[in-house]
Parts: sequence; structure tokens; C-alpha cells
Amino acid sequence: MLTNEAFKTMTLKDAMTYEDKSALVERSVEIIAKEDKNIRAFISVNKSPNIGIPIGIKDNMNVKGVETTCASKILKGYVAPFDATVVQKLRENGFSFVGKTNLDEFAMGASTEYSAYGPTRNPHDLERVAGGSSGGSAAAVASGEVIAALGSDTGGSIRQPASFCGVVGFKPTYGLVSRYGLVAFASSLDQIGPITKTVEDSAILMNIIAGKDEMDSTTVDRKIDFTEFIGKQFPKMKVAVATQSFGEGVEDGVKQKVREFITLLENFGHEVAMVDIDDLKYAVATYYIIAPSEASTNLSRFDGVKYGLRVSSDSLRDSYEKTRGEGFGDEVKRRILIGTFTLSAAYYDAYFEKAQKVRRKIANRLSEVFEKYDLIITPTSPIVAFKIGSVSDPLVYYMMDIFTIPANLAGLPAISIPFGKVDNLPVGIQIMGPRFSDAKVLGFADSIERQLR
Amino acid sequence: MDNRYRPVIGLEIHVQLNTKTKAFCDCSAEVFDLEPNSSICPVCTGQPGALPVPSHEMFELGIKIASALNCHINLYSRFDRKNYFYPDLPKGYQITQFFHPLSERGWLEVDGKKIRITRIHLEEDAGKLLHSGDNITKSDYSLVDMNRCGVPLAEIVTEPDIESPEQARIFMEKLRTILRYIGVSTGDMEKGAMRCDANISVVDTITGKQSNKVEVKNMNSFKFVEKALEYEFDRIVQLMENGQEVERETRGWNLTTKSTVSMRSKEESHDYRYFPEPDIPPVVLDSEYVEKIKNSLPELPDDRLRRFVNDYKLSEKDAWTLVEDKKIADFFEEVVKQTKEPKETANWFLTELFRMISEHGEDKIHINPTHFVELFQLMRDGKISRNMAKDIFQESALSGKMPSEIVKEKGLEQVDDTKLIEDIAKKVIEAHPKEVEGFKNGKEGLFGFFVGQVMKETKGKANPKTVNEILNKFLRGV
Repeated sequence: MLTNEAFKTMTLKDAMTYEDKSALVERSVEIIAKEDKNIRAFISVNKSPNIGIPIGIKDNMNVKGVETTCASKILKGYVAPFDATVVQKLRENGFSFVGKTNLDEFAMGASTEYSAYGPTRNPHDLERVAGGSSGGSAAAVASGEVIAALGSDTGGSIRQPASFCGVVGFKPTYGLVSRYGLVAFASSLDQIGPITKTVEDSAILMNIIAGKDEMDSTTVDRKIDFTEFIGKQFPKMKVAVATQSFGEGVEDGVKQKVREFITLLENFGHEVAMVDIDDLKYAVATYYIIAPSEASTNLSRFDGVKYGLRVSSDSLRDSYEKTRGEGFGDEVKRRILIGTFTLSAAYYDAYFEKAQKVRRKIANRLSEVFEKYDLIITPTSPIVAFKIGSVSDPLVYYMMDIFTIPANLAGLPAISIPFGKVDNLPVGIQIMGPRFSDAKVLGFADSIERQLR
Repeated sequence: MDNRYRPVIGLEIHVQLNTKTKAFCDCSAEVFDLEPNSSICPVCTGQPGALPVPSHEMFELGIKIASALNCHINLYSRFDRKNYFYPDLPKGYQITQFFHPLSERGWLEVDGKKIRITRIHLEEDAGKLLHSGDNITKSDYSLVDMNRCGVPLAEIVTEPDIESPEQARIFMEKLRTILRYIGVSTGDMEKGAMRCDANISVVDTITGKQSNKVEVKNMNSFKFVEKALEYEFDRIVQLMENGQEVERETRGWNLTTKSTVSMRSKEESHDYRYFPEPDIPPVVLDSEYVEKIKNSLPELPDDRLRRFVNDYKLSEKDAWTLVEDKKIADFFEEVVKQTKEPKETANWFLTELFRMISEHGEDKIHINPTHFVELFQLMRDGKISRNMAKDIFQESALSGKMPSEIVKEKGLEQVDDTKLIEDIAKKVIEAHPKEVEGFKNGKEGLFGFFVGQVMKETKGKANPKTVNEILNKFLRGV
């Protein structure tokens, strides 16, 4: 008999060989019913899930026949007519979709506070945020409600909540996982990835969800075995630690954990060097032009004509304005406004075009670092989970993405692994590698994780 | 006035490509007259999470057009988003090629003048609104039909090289001929498979002043392209003569008032916020692939025209009439191959065949090359007259029967028996003494009367040449 406690700590690896899959689903549903009143990781829970391995799906990915809300009022009542490619793959591999997890509206945010369904709470401290935007997925895994979850990462939305909730979050190289069926936020940055209890579980999930998809022309045809280096003795690596990890805005506790991590790496025989990646200081500004630009047009389809919320009116224009005015939350509106401005003919060159250039510059600088080093280390977030409602200045909020954004701008693989706690709150370390080095990044993270056990 | 003011016209033409699938999904692109919303999917209706995947066939057809219009083909092209809100545009943006079009810098010759093509790019079509009332303002509601959403279009933009409304029409007609030749579009303007917007400004050749540009839309036939531009030219000239400002605006051709009406001024024009489509990577074409498509093009209308003039010794006008419709031209060549008489064949095409097609419709005509061969042979042998041949041709064309068969069936074979015709002629002369009298007194016109009478007696089967000879002998003594 599988107990709730045993289920909560069960890894995906173990769940895959666990024979009584219906017991897994029963435990998951039971724990969600009991605990999600407090955590609020789920927007919707499947009342009669199929039998399989319980997995949480961020509610910006389509599960056929189930509502996709993107945590927005504007999509209320929208039932997805097709499975996202990742969902279809999970279905084929015997997973059970027990529920859709909470997020910042349209994945725009870093705290899951900007959800039309209210904030998700951090299982380590219910007064604090779970991070975001995949806060629901991270909290659901951290609390043991599901075995694993999928998130989407546009500027850190998998890694940062994983870090806040003390679980593993992996953002793959751009193009390895199909975005078909993921409601687009910023198409050139979005990437789906796993949130799991162990690095190995992330690698296992990657083997299932990755692959060229003819429905997504930005996917690439690369055969990667993501578990290739899992459990293997890892050779000595050259690791760069960005000096920015100790820069302004990084909490002392977090800096201390980075120092400890460096010592740990050195003890394991890896070669560690401090590297000043000065261009990182442009990453946030660049991101907050490119992402809103793309978002402003990706979200144009929510106009009340075809699906979701429609506020009728005498004139078409008025109906558009009222539908979008009532349907979108403040943070989404803020980004649509920014993006509409940065793409307007008069400002295109000064903002969008310039940001594209800086994006290439940052990517080139990171490539340079990877010519000398195998991996780059930073904290995942400059701070630990903060109290719900405590951050109101958008600029302060945006600066939290400083370490995670570069991997999106350059399309690189990056993982956040838990590395102890500060004041009882989890800290995550980010490991970033060159494009398509996903198996190596996972393998390296796995080797550290095993040493820590 | 006509000489003082000169129109400067440029065209923007949208051509619906007859690909099997839509531009970015697998839905069928043949959507004309379909039940509304029956050729749609998550991609072309802009469902959340759906992504566009560009079709290869659209590029193939785009390259064909670009090659036929002498354009430079960019091996690197890219899609962009053109953002605006309208209910027939489900994504809130149109996928088009703004920054890096498929092709640039071509030309099409009209009336011996090269009209330069600025660019040809690929994009997707929008859907259609069906209003509950007569028009959008008089409707309680409107419905959206998304069948046309995502149908691939090639947009062809010309330089302002067109010098008259008539030339604009001819350009469009010639373009349609080319599109049909290379098999990329039906080119039907009435069905919206080819749509044309025009930019027109007017130059005062005395002062050298040029008016602002006016964009004219809604010209959904070749005739209306010419009519609307003529109207607009006159309107602008009038304003210039009165010393009034020509506003930069978009005007629509109104079918009922036969005039153009202002749709929006420049101030109201959209900022489309073009930017690179992040869902589709840049398209890099292989130069061998492009060459292969170029080489697969059939003989183009202009080349064929030259060949018809040179090889068949046809006038340019007659040759173009035959060349204009590829099916006709192909059939003509098939017939000529067998009759070996291009001129005679062309005559029959230009008069009889065309008349029959316009009277009965193409699908009712069952004529084939052997019909022509036989018909020509029967005439050459003097077995049928030219007039009889016309009737026989008509029947052959409609029934598919061989001309010789028809001749036999109806006993139409020409009477060439001199003895028989002589007897009949004698009878006719005897029966009409007054007319003989009149003829002998100089009423030459009465000769025709006798010919007619003889023909009547023979039910039109007598060989007119023989009749003439015999009557000449009897009446004139020659």
C-alpha cells in the first residue's frame, strides 16, 4: 500500500517502474484535495483522471478537452481543441493529467501573483510566493502533489520558481522541445521544460518530450540522449562563475551559498574561475523590449471574436477595447503597451532593432566564455522567495530575472538545482552550458546532486 | 487638357496561389464557394498555442511567378508579422514578407514598354465577413468565414511606370495570361483570385508639378481597373485645374455610382508594427532548387506570340488572340500540326470556333484536330462549299461527329454534275422570261437572282463555281 508520504517523495524514475499506476493517481488526487486549499498550485483539477503517472501541466499548455486559461480572465471557458505536442508525447508514455497548474497571467511574471486565480503559495512558507511564472508547477512538485510537472521558461519561468520551491527546473536549448500547443508569450524565447524532484527525473522527462516536431518549424532535428551522463563519474570541468553573482542586488545569503558552491566544486576537483560577464547588465533591458514586443502581437488574437471572453458593444472597436480591457490583468497590459510602443514604426529602430543587436552581442559574449569554459555558474535568483504582495515596483520585479534571462536570449540550456537554504528558504544554483550541451548540463548537475545526498 | 496632364500609376496585385494546402497549415486551399468554416484548423483560425509551418508548394509557385516576371529571387527570405485588428484576421496579424521578400527587381512588357516590378512576396489571405444586412453599417451582426484565412497569396508590386488607365488594364490582363500559363492561379478577378489596388498621381507637364498619390481599391474586374483609374485621373486633374490640393488618401471604387469614394485619409493610416515572425525561421532556398523550378516553366506568352508571328505568319493581333488563352493556343498548335495550314486554321479559330465557344460555352464543344483535317479536305476537293463547311463545322463541334459523316447523313454532298445543273438552269431561265429580259437590258444585278434560283432548286448543294460558269454561258454567252 502506497502511503501519501511515500508518494510525496517518489521520483519519476521510481514511478515509471511502479506497477500500480492507479494507486499513484489516487494518492496524487488525494493529496491535491487535502493540501491544495493552502498551496493553490492548481487552477483546475481533473475529476476523473486517466491512469498513469500524475504530472502537472502549466495552464498555458493545451490538454485536449480541458480548459486552457493561462491564468487570464480573457480565456475563461476556452476548451483546448488539441493536445500540445508535449502533452501528446506524455499521453503516449503513460502519464496522467491530474490538473493544470497556476501561473502568472500568460506567463508574465516571476511570482505567480499575477494570476486571475490568485497567487500560488510556497510550500516552504505559505506566506511567500512560489516564484513564477511556473509557480504552480514548482509548488505542486515541491509539495509532492504530483510526481513531476511541465513549465515554460521565457526569462526564467521554470528555473526561478524551481529555485524558490527547492526543486529542479531545466530549460532546454531553444528548439529542442516543440512549442506547439504552448500559448505563446514571446515565441523566440519560450521553451517548455521539466520541473522535477531530481536532475535524473528532468533528464528522463526530456527524453520523452524533446524532438523535432513538424508542427513547430523552430524545432531542430538533434538526437540527444538527455540521460547519457546521468549517474556517471563526471570528468574534471572548467567552470566559470560570473562575478555578477556577487553584484549589487544579490542577497548576502545567496552570495554565501554561491561561495559554498564554488568550494564544493573545487573539492570535487573542478577548475573554477571568476569571469566578469559585463554584458549581462544589458540582459534585463534587452529582454524587456524583446519579450513585450513579441507578446504584444502574440496576444492580439485575444479579441473576443473567436473564443474566451467577449464584452459586446455597439461598435467593433469598443468591443475590442472592453474585451481586452476587462480580460487582461495589469501586468499583461503593461507589457502589451511596452511592446506596442517598441514595435511602432517611429521607435522600431531605437528599441526593437537595437535590442535584437544587443541580444546577439550577449549571445556572442556567452559563446566567447564557452570557448574557454565548459559551464557558467550563477545563482538562479538574486533573492530567495519573498512575501506575497511585498514587491510592487515593476523595475525591482524585473531585475530578479537578471541571471535567468541570458539563457533565453542566447537559446542556451540552463538548470536550477536546489543548494541548501537561507533562513529556511531554498536557494537554487544555475548551471548554464553552450547550445545543445543539454545532456552535459544535466549530467554535471546530477553529479553534484548525488554528491550532496 | 489630355496632353497637359499625365497619370503616373503603380499597381499592387494580390494573386491567390492554387496550392493544395494553405500557406501555413494542411487545410485545403480550394475554398471558393465552400460551406463557411469548413476548411479550417487550429492553425488558420489562430487558436492559442497553434503555430504556422510554411508550405513548400507556396514557394514553388512564388518562384514560378518571380521567374516569369523576370525577377531576382532572394535565396534568403523571411516572414514578418503585419499587425492590425479585424474580425477576419484571427491572429490579429497577417504573416507576410516585409523586410526580406522572396523576389525583387523584375519587369513585364506591355505595349512595348517594360513595366518594372518592385517586389513579389508571399503572404497569407484573411477571411471574409458576411453581414446580416446589405452592408456593415446597416447590419445587426456580422459572421466570420475563416475558410480563406491562410490561403497563400503572392503580392506583386510595380513601380509607378504605368502611363494610362488602359495600360493598367492591359497589364492586368497580360499578368493573368502569364499566371494561367504557368499554372499558379486561376487569375479570376471576379472571384477574388486576383485583386488589384492602384496608386495614382498626376503630373502637370507644363509646370512639372506632381499631385499627391491616391490609392484606389475595390476594383474587382479588369474593366473596373480602367474605369476607376479614368475616373480618378479626371478627378485629380479637375482639382489641379482648380488649384486645389489633392489629398493623400485611400479611395474605393463604387460600382453603383461609378465613382471613387474616400475610405480613409493618410492621418488615419495604420501603423502595422512590422517585425520578424519569430515562429518561422528564415527560409534559405537552394539555388539548384530555384533553377529546377525556373526550368520547369512552360513557354511564356510573349515567346509564343513571337513564334506564332514568325512561324505561322499570323498578324500580331491574331496571334495574341490565339495565345492569350493557353488552352486555345495549345489546341491551335495541335490542329495546325495535322492540317499543316496555320493561316486557314487560324481563320477558323478566330471566327467560327470563338463564336461557338462564346455561344455555347467551352465544355459543349467537342471538336478535335481530325475534324479540321477532314473539313479542309472536303472543301479542297470541292465536295462542300465554304458556307456548307460552316454549318458542318458547327454540327461537328457540337456533336463530335466527323464532317464526312454529317455530309453523308444529310446528303449534303455538293452537286457538281454539269449536266444536271444545266438542266436546272435551263428550267429556271424558261420560267423567268421577265428577269431574262431585264438582265439583257443591263440589270446586271439579276445575275445573282438566277444563281439563287438554281441553288434553291438544288437545295443549296450545287457547286457555286459550276453554277456561275453555266449561267454565264447561258445568259452572257461566254
